[in-house]
Amino acid sequence: MKLDSRIPSGPIQQKWDKCKFDMKLVNPANKRKHTIIVVGSGLAGGAAAASLGELGYNVKCFCFQDSPRRAHSIAAQGGINAAKNYQNDGDSVYRLFYDTVKGGDFRAREANVYRLAQISVNIIDQCAAQGVPFAREYGGLLANRSFGGAQVSRTFYARGQTGQQLLLGCYQALERQVSTGRVKMYARTEMLELIVIDGKARGIVTRDLVTGAMETHLADTVVLATGGYGNVFYLSTNAKGSNTTAIWRAHKKGALFANPCFTQIHPTCIPVSGDYQSKLTLMSESLRNDGRIWVPREKGDKRKADQIPEAGRDYYLERRYPSFGNLVPRDVASRAAKAVCDEGRGVGETGLGVYLDFSDSIRRLGQNVIAERYGNLFEMYERITGDDPYRVPMRIFPAIHYTMGGLWVDYRLMSTIPGLFVLGEANFSDHGANRLGASALMQGLADGYFVLPYTVGDYLANTKLEKVGADHTEVKRAEQEASAQIEKLLAIKGKRSADSLHREAGKLMWEYCGMARNAKGLEYAEGKLAELTEEFWRNVSVPGSGQELNQSLEKAGRVADFLELAQLMCRDARERNESCGGHFREEFQTPEGEAMRNDDEYCYAAAWQWQGKGKAHVLHKEPLAFEHVHLTQRSYK
Amino acid sequence: MEMNLTLHVWRQASASASGKLVAYKIRANEHMSFLEMLDVLNEELTGRGEDPVAFDHDCREGICGSCGFMINGIAHGPLPGTTVCQLHMRHFKNGDELWLEPWRAAAFPVVKDLVVDRGAFDRLISAGGYISVAPGSAPDANAVPVPKKDADLAMDAAQCIGCGACVAACPNASASLFLSAKVSHLGLLPQGQPERLERVRKMVAQANGEMFGSCTNIGECEAVCPKHIRIEFIARLNRDYLKASWLYRKEAASGGE
Ligand SMILES: Cc1cc2nc3c(=O)[nH]c(=O)nc-3n(C[C@H](O)[C@H](O)[C@H](O)COP(=O)(O)OP(=O)(O)OC[C@H]3O[C@@H](n4cnc5c(N)ncnc54)[C@H](O)[C@@H]3O)c2cc1C
Ligand code: FES
Repeated sequence: MKLDSRIPSGPIQQKWDKCKFDMKLVNPANKRKHTIIVVGSGLAGGAAAASLGELGYNVKCFCFQDSPRRAHSIAAQGGINAAKNYQNDGDSVYRLFYDTVKGGDFRAREANVYRLAQISVNIIDQCAAQGVPFAREYGGLLANRSFGGAQVSRTFYARGQTGQQLLLGCYQALERQVSTGRVKMYARTEMLELIVIDGKARGIVTRDLVTGAMETHLADTVVLATGGYGNVFYLSTNAKGSNTTAIWRAHKKGALFANPCFTQIHPTCIPVSGDYQSKLTLMSESLRNDGRIWVPREKGDKRKADQIPEAGRDYYLERRYPSFGNLVPRDVASRAAKAVCDEGRGVGETGLGVYLDFSDSIRRLGQNVIAERYGNLFEMYERITGDDPYRVPMRIFPAIHYTMGGLWVDYRLMSTIPGLFVLGEANFSDHGANRLGASALMQGLADGYFVLPYTVGDYLANTKLEKVGADHTEVKRAEQEASAQIEKLLAIKGKRSADSLHREAGKLMWEYCGMARNAKGLEYAEGKLAELTEEFWRNVSVPGSGQELNQSLEKAGRVADFLELAQLMCRDARERNESCGGHFREEFQTPEGEAMRNDDEYCYAAAWQWQGKGKAHVLHKEPLAFEHVHLTQRSYK
Repeated sequence: MEMNLTLHVWRQASASASGKLVAYKIRANEHMSFLEMLDVLNEELTGRGEDPVAFDHDCREGICGSCGFMINGIAHGPLPGTTVCQLHMRHFKNGDELWLEPWRAAAFPVVKDLVVDRGAFDRLISAGGYISVAPGSAPDANAVPVPKKDADLAMDAAQCIGCGACVAACPNASASLFLSAKVSHLGLLPQGQPERLERVRKMVAQANGEMFGSCTNIGECEAVCPKHIRIEFIARLNRDYLKASWLYRKEAASGGE
């Protein structure tokens, strides 16, 4: 299979314009004759469904929560990047592009990233017009803060609830289209299978989570915007329902899965407190604007934070990376935290934690300024830990947060299945081996508001679509597959809950495919995961029936897919004999412990093809060329 | 610290089935969140082949608005300004007896156990809770300055997570706090002015068509709101609604007719 990324020719600044001009348009009167399925109502899916409805298409949008407003994007805290240069501090489209390619450790496609930086400015305009209450200065203009991996202030925010406010803007636009009848919303509905006819994506099979009814939806094209798969680790900062089912099942129908091992570990999360723990809570990266990270200089120093004098503290990020200091990218900050904890200098009961200290900023700016910037985060921290971060430093530790990998898409966001588009965190496109903070919200909205509405039109205008009926053999087959899996899960009646198997698999992944990886460990984990998968299909217990709201059944279906994906992640991590971004292979590091890339052999996106159950995946490579941001070892020193 | 608790949980198989309270004994730990304690209960029930307790949840960070039920008659439980997913067991003590029930409101029918249908909230937004702006048609974001004070107040209102606690706590099952939060959020911003009166009129009309009651200024909603949405926003809602009713005129026909 040849991967055609369809990058337009010409100078990078003009590629997107050229592409837009070259694309065919659908006549306004014909738009409503096309049905488009959008799975997902987060920033990517919600923006896409609202925009397509606005254009006049007939849209069906799906989410598993009880309302589209609850998609996981709602939880994003810190902010959204845009190259507005409102601060006059030297930002530009080119600089955002440059920072993102470098931050991604040279494993993203330049053309896509450039387009993202270009579109970033339109997103802020769109959101402000929708009524997103962004933070403002006294003069009434928009305020900015800084995020990791950048030396300019280009992050727009709405207190610590930026994702919530952006999503509500998007959700309101979506609901407006619902009222016009152009979008039909299916909440509490889960996509279980993709329907592929004559090689093209033509529909989905869903389960109504309240009644259990299986339904088939046919369309001219299908858009997946189903979010990331960080929950493969069980414990992550993702919402509990975030899953891989939609993209994994599309993968099994022929969509290639790219860079599955590229996962992001966020340096500032609340540490694990016990075995019952169900999720990890992020403390936004924006806190690193005003918080200083440190551990005791000496191993085993058990004194309370306020009893350790300045001389006894090691502000290790400021020491190791003087020019970026506490604002180094996430992968670098996470590994540095792991390193000091491995040395025995970690803090808290478990020794797996470092301090994030606001005392200097509170002294400099006053508590009210800090409260205005981060009040809700401080409250959340106190609610969870019982400690007051205005008085004692926060304790934080890295946790799984985001997945850069996802379904492979070309420049137009189409997967290797014609007619199947993939947006947002679910695709692999823009962040390479490490995502910079505040760039996921930007990407989701760019994809949904400003890229897909064009590219989908071109596909529809250029493609001859035969009429398909509900009795088509491929439709029947997809329905049968979805029902058979449910019946099988209910019939096992084993001894273990899906949760307990998921937790066990997650531990393996964190241990062997987490912050540091090596070939031996990865191979071991693959073997163990295969055993767990076998146990799952023999011993899982799913009480209740398929004809009702059955949360155990929902979980079991998702865990089954996570178990398969986990094996591919280990496989991908083992194949990539280099370290880059969030993928750190212990065998490949510089003498200072920094990631060591191998551009001669691994400067490609790894796209894996499913071959059938029990068969090894086949690897395809999309070579990456860096014509503008030249390949160098990243340095934040 | 470990603790032993007795939970009386509302069990109802489906919307049409009748429900009842069922007692369970459970061992919990002070560091757990309330939902983690229910996870432990569900793990035990699953182990015995029984149906676990259904409850809505997703983010577990107090922001998605999925979770919520009554604990001893209080929406989201005893800790002010806190969703049940953020409520930790350190606020309870050994031997406590807790009654867990779903939101009770005609507009929110029970789906199963502690899960209710809050679709009415989406319909309120769909009726007018938005600013109409097609992608691509927006002016530069800094072209319309917004006084910081207004932006901050709009943000206070915009923080609503749509959990439904206000409705569940209100003796009239009124949705006024929810409505007022959206009407105030958009009505405080210059971008929200063109549709301001039309919006409030349509949203109130929709609320009257759903099974929500009227507001009689009791204030329970504010007391339980996990996001501290203030009842003063209801005053704004009423003011705007009154104005909208006075000024209401049928739109002049547009184009062609
Ligand atoms: C705690 C936290 C904080 C973050 N903070 C920031 C930040 O400050 N800045 C930033 O840029 N990024 C941040 N991120 C990352 C960012 O929030 C996400 O990457 C982004 O919101 C993903 O958006 P999405 O639209 O791709 O997917 P999501 O918002 O995850 O939406 C997925 C949608 O798909 C639906 N869905 C999934 N599977 C199915 C299925 N099988 N059937 C039907 N529907 C399905 C869901 O119901 C949902 O509607 C943060 C992430 C976390 C976890
Ligand atoms: S689970 Fe999201 S608010 Fe409680």
